[in-house]
Amino acid sequence: LVFTEEDKYNLYSNLLFKYFLAEGVVCGHDLFVASAKEHPENILKELPAPLLDDTCGKELGDEAAAVKSEDFQDSMKIAWRYQNLPKMETSPTTYTKFGHYYDLSKKMSPELCQSVKWHSFYLHEELSFEPKMKAWNMNSGYARLLQSIQRIISQEGFDGSDPQKKQRNVLRIGIQSLGSILWGDDVCCSDTPADPHSLTKFLYVLRGLLRKSLSACIITVPAHLIQNKAIMERVTNLSDMVVGLESFIGSERETNPLYKDYHGLVHVHQIPRLNSLICDVSDTKDLAFRLKRKLFTIERLHLPPDLSDTVSRASKQELAASAKLLSSGCGATGKRHLDF
Amino acid sequence: QGKFTLLRDTRTDGSFLVHHFLSFYLRAGCKVCFVALLQSFSHYSIVAQKLGVNLAAAKEQGQLVFLEGLKSCLDLLFGKEEQPEEPSPLQFLSSWSVSCSGSTCDLRALFDFVRLSLTPRGPDSWKGPVLLVDDLSVLLSLGAAPVAVLDFIHYCRVSVCCQLQGNVVVLVHSSEDSEDEENELVVNSLCHHSDLILWAEGLATGFCKDVHGQMKIIRRLSLRQAGEQDLVQIYQYKIQDRNVTFFARGLSAAVL
Repeated sequence: LVFTEEDKYNLYSNLLFKYFLAEGVVCGHDLFVASAKEHPENILKELPAPLLDDTCGKELGDEAAAVKSEDFQDSMKIAWRYQNLPKMETSPTTYTKFGHYYDLSKKMSPELCQSVKWHSFYLHEELSFEPKMKAWNMNSGYARLLQSIQRIISQEGFDGSDPQKKQRNVLRIGIQSLGSILWGDDVCCSDTPADPHSLTKFLYVLRGLLRKSLSACIITVPAHLIQNKAIMERVTNLSDMVVGLESFIGSERETNPLYKDYHGLVHVHQIPRLNSLICDVSDTKDLAFRLKRKLFTIERLHLPPDLSDTVSRASKQELAASAKLLSSGCGATGKRHLDF
Repeated sequence: QGKFTLLRDTRTDGSFLVHHFLSFYLRAGCKVCFVALLQSFSHYSIVAQKLGVNLAAAKEQGQLVFLEGLKSCLDLLFGKEEQPEEPSPLQFLSSWSVSCSGSTCDLRALFDFVRLSLTPRGPDSWKGPVLLVDDLSVLLSLGAAPVAVLDFIHYCRVSVCCQLQGNVVVLVHSSEDSEDEENELVVNSLCHHSDLILWAEGLATGFCKDVHGQMKIIRRLSLRQAGEQDLVQIYQYKIQDRNVTFFARGLSAAVL
């Protein structure tokens, strides 16, 4: 269960959502798209086209080759101690071929979209809820969505209930903007929502459905709107993986020289720890994302060298504060300025 | 015997302790009732295999009673319309059940389930009963009131620790600057009543590859004997694939 906290204007988390679905199409998985905001058909029309293997490899290969040639030319003279450290890899190399790459400037062809079976759930087109679900004590929109998912899972045999089925497939579920007012839940509007347990109950039942079947799910939530932080903590506990996207648009970080190459930060709050005692922890936690014309890349955030002549004290302080925010993995303590 | 152990984690995942206690008690030959609310049976089974215990076999022999919360919840909500013969332990989730008194749904059905599974029926070759809960904070997420959760734990303690001379081990999540007041209320209350607290915390200095966290072991001697001080020990740990290594603070293998 991948839980994504949306960025403020929902630009980038939408991209992640589409990537997830596009990957499903290319792998031949079945899709289930649920939304209260736009019709799932429209969402599916907007999926990015997959990059063909040779062009993608060439693009990345070019970049890697250019970087490598610089490397061998001059060995370090002053900082020679650092020579032996591996070169910082900011973007995935061509050697790690896991998944596919997509071209954001092109849309996926309709034939490719139609090649997989997809199911949709558009809240405003669904019939009003049946009386059986009144007993669930849950928001009716969520309850309908759960029923719909469960019906698809058992009908299409994703839970292994049909032994006759020749090959088992995976169901990719994408739920957009859960918890927003469009679903009938006021958890994003007020500090004391009418039914604070709806969202968490929904996630618990969804978790049960996912565990019981061959499916994976991505949910995007406008977390910045949820006033009640207790709910966010509970939701984090109930999800397997929690990723937050923080975009720089409109915030003071947009002009911060530290972040000038990037469009936002990626916060990985939790990684799945399934079927083992440990989880695969990467050695860095500072990730940033960048939206190029064709690609959306997530890279390690590294400080650019401080080469400017006019480094005033104020900007140094800011950099130091943001650097402190970067390196503390758990709970950053903000710098408090005493302004006179 | 008759001890209440509280597993607590802050900013990190303390579920490795649950796996440890599960395999520990099963290997010791105790009868275990495991209320697993957050993960599926196969998850625990696979980890237990790495630790050398076969959960499926234990379940067959009756040594392990496993309540898989996720599955029970699905059965309850998506199951048939007719009432099953015995009420589901998680029936506080739906308002069908007649035992829901008034406006507050209590966890009585869950307690009955626990009591029934741990009370020995006839000659049993198992040693003391053990109740293991993973994790208690989920009950709050599902709509149970904090008071209901505390009542449930209290009844379990009386029944398992005092009457049956067994042990209870419970996992909760908490954090000092948490905004979840209900959760903090439950955790603080449980801390006061526990005999042993194992508190796993993430390192205050941030993320580290070689030291996954710090464990505080608090033996609450002050509970049993007035005038005694609680004994606090602090270790750091690193989780590996099959076990967890503990070492004194600052003496991780990477540093030495």
